[in-house]
Amino acid sequence: MNTVLLSTLCFGAALVLQPMARLDPVAHMLLQYPVLGVSGYLLGLKMPTAPDLRGPLLVLGITCVGFWMLPRSLDAALDSPGMHLAKLVTLPLLAGLPLGMSVPRVGAVLRGFLKAQSLSMLGVLSFLYSHAPIRICNSYLIEDQQRLGAGFLWLAGGLSLLWAVPLFLGHSLMPDLLLQRKKHHDLC
Amino acid sequence: MSRAGAYTLTAVVVAATGLYAATDGLRALTAEAARRVQIQETRPAVPPFVVEGLQGRRHALRPDSNQVVMVEFIYTTCPTICQTAGGDFAALRDRAVDRGLPVRMLSVSFDPAADGLSELRDYADRHGADGDVWSVARLRPADLQDALRFFRVKAVPDGWGGYQHNAAVLLIDPDGLLVAAYDTGDFDRILAHVEQLS
Repeated sequence: MNTVLLSTLCFGAALVLQPMARLDPVAHMLLQYPVLGVSGYLLGLKMPTAPDLRGPLLVLGITCVGFWMLPRSLDAALDSPGMHLAKLVTLPLLAGLPLGMSVPRVGAVLRGFLKAQSLSMLGVLSFLYSHAPIRICNSYLIEDQQRLGAGFLWLAGGLSLLWAVPLFLGHSLMPDLLLQRKKHHDLC
Repeated sequence: MSRAGAYTLTAVVVAATGLYAATDGLRALTAEAARRVQIQETRPAVPPFVVEGLQGRRHALRPDSNQVVMVEFIYTTCPTICQTAGGDFAALRDRAVDRGLPVRMLSVSFDPAADGLSELRDYADRHGADGDVWSVARLRPADLQDALRFFRVKAVPDGWGGYQHNAAVLLIDPDGLLVAAYDTGDFDRILAHVEQLS
């Protein structure tokens, strides 16, 4: 399917998810955030990138994801219309897009490090949200916060399967669209 | 250093600065922590909100004279955190009275639709809020939204007819400025702050 169309569909799905995101942190962080990110990531795959800019783009994308993972950002996106808008713009354009432009094109070692790092971060987040004795977000109930903690663990489990199984099978589970790096021949 | 390395290092510095600013200098990762840091720093003047007390008498939330006002927001049918907060407020009242601090304490219901005067009286009786130092009141529906926004109180319906909310003890100084928000059980810091204000 056409990349731009797919990207638009992801963004549309994020808008449709908004009422759910307001009530449920799992829908907010584990559904809406990812589809917003993917909508930009898909576009980033198609963008030409100077090798010198991959590092800064990677840092920009990770920072933007980090910012929106802060519990206070999650609350702010619900409480302030400006922050809501900022989320819809920056998760695709300042997180997904630069990650799409950089992640598939950086060296295999760095990519592996990023994968390992994201799995362990998801584990930490899972522990934080499922075991915190206080409400971390003022907008959500504590039971839902604990569900979000479990969700992070499921996501970590899913991603580790997605990334580990191909090592045994000898080919990737990802669709070809996401594997632009093969065409660039710049694995280091 | 290579050009790519220099660019990346610059990006890391910019990113770290951005995250430092976005967390109020790494002090506030949650909205509740941000509320507390920002109240202490901006000290906003409390608008002339009027609350309705136990006898149906209306009075201002702001302090009358040379006193500090401690406010906590509650709803009276709350089975968990407000009862704890109510117990904490009683303990706080006893300690403030022991030290002879010029303080007025108000438990204010943010749910005036469900909390009638009789519900407020029950709550007051249950916790020994005799109206002398500590009294129980409710917001007027007209002030409700403005007051919740000003004090940054967020109450989320829990699906059982109650709410989960960001309970805190809020301090209003004698000049009518909102100066701090503390955990309801943080007695020592609350009383030290009141002592310093009065």
